[in-house]
Amino acid sequence: MIALLNRDLRLAFRAGGGFGLGLGFFLILAVLVPLGVGPDQTTLGLIAPGILWVGALLACLLSLDRLFALDFEDGSLDLLATSPIPLEGVVATKALAHWLTTCLPLALAAPVLGILLNLPGPAYGALIASLLIGTPALSIIGAFGAALTVGLKRGGLLLSLLVLPLYVPTLVFGAQTVTRAAQGLDQTTPLLLLGGITAGAVALLPFAAAFALRVNLR
Amino acid sequence: MELVVADLAVSRGGLPLLDALSFTLGAGKALVLRGPNGSGKTTLLRTVAGLQPALRGTISCPPDQMAYGAHADGLKSTLTVAENLRFWASIHGRSGVRPAMAAMNLSDLAGRQAQNLSAGQKRRLALARLMVTGRWLWVLDEPTVSLDAASVGLFADVVRVHLAAGGAALLATHIDLGLPEATVLDLTPFKAAIPAGEGFDDAFTGAFDEAFL
Repeated sequence: MIALLNRDLRLAFRAGGGFGLGLGFFLILAVLVPLGVGPDQTTLGLIAPGILWVGALLACLLSLDRLFALDFEDGSLDLLATSPIPLEGVVATKALAHWLTTCLPLALAAPVLGILLNLPGPAYGALIASLLIGTPALSIIGAFGAALTVGLKRGGLLLSLLVLPLYVPTLVFGAQTVTRAAQGLDQTTPLLLLGGITAGAVALLPFAAAFALRVNLR
Repeated sequence: MELVVADLAVSRGGLPLLDALSFTLGAGKALVLRGPNGSGKTTLLRTVAGLQPALRGTISCPPDQMAYGAHADGLKSTLTVAENLRFWASIHGRSGVRPAMAAMNLSDLAGRQAQNLSAGQKRRLALARLMVTGRWLWVLDEPTVSLDAASVGLFADVVRVHLAAGGAALLATHIDLGLPEATVLDLTPFKAAIPAGEGFDDAFTGAFDEAFL
């Protein structure tokens, strides 16, 4: 599985691998919102937690359709399915590679973009923490969606429609954590619920995704 | 070690293709599947590889002893020849890709990215992958597509070495591989009867291609 992780990371950093795509999107979104909303700092500060979380979520979605589709097209998914690694392990490893190349950079870049959106000072720690805790759920839920749509031509849009509703709890509790921190309130409860969603998704969805892959490979 | 297929029926897209197929493949043996397009060679190989369930019958093969080689090469275009091979070797818990590269005449191309290879060179790389898996049974679907005569010879040598080491190979191919010791199995007699009431025009029941319509 380490070999698979190494390969996916290497592929992501090579030409056409898509590393930085999500990050660029996130950056542009955070620059566009103040231009659209106007320079009023109070308004920006109020909507900053929500905008940052929605932006991170959409940026994460951008690279999901490549997760299994590329391996399916060039035949390596068939070969991985017949390899000694269980398909559940393949799903979990590829989701981890997606998180490392897409979501982790988002979490690290988010505070910089928070300044652009006039995010209140006390919220920066909560922003990083909530993104670090919440985004693994985005990757693994996305891997499940990608496994469901792997055999379809142009399945990217269907993937978004399938996955976005499943992102709602993560978005609600993630944005809530940052909002409460910005208001100086205790953010333990939404942060724990966020962690609970991530733990549940990471524990269950690799099995569901592997099952979907087996059906799609037939 | 032995691959035993007993009373196997396979289907594609819900339509039965082969029925009552039985064969045994022992160590050191190669079996070549023959049959017209659409006769179910690929479907049979995918079933043996465990990628799709059989309609009926049993396939018994020692677990984790099968390496599948499909139509698609399964290569990553931005990885080099050596990186592609090393990846598959470590997935199978093995190391050392030099002998495989040498056997398929790829040593000079080791540092070249797979996207810059010709179709035949990619095919040779896909076949070299089999050698690094260390698996006992090779299940190969049209392994010689886009290979020139010299490379077909190389491939036949590699298969012969694999068989001599106690391995086995199940191949679907249309051309002569230069493996006189291989047994040939014609799939035409095992064609499944089309179930009544499936709505197929009588004029088409003679053609194999209906499974793909």
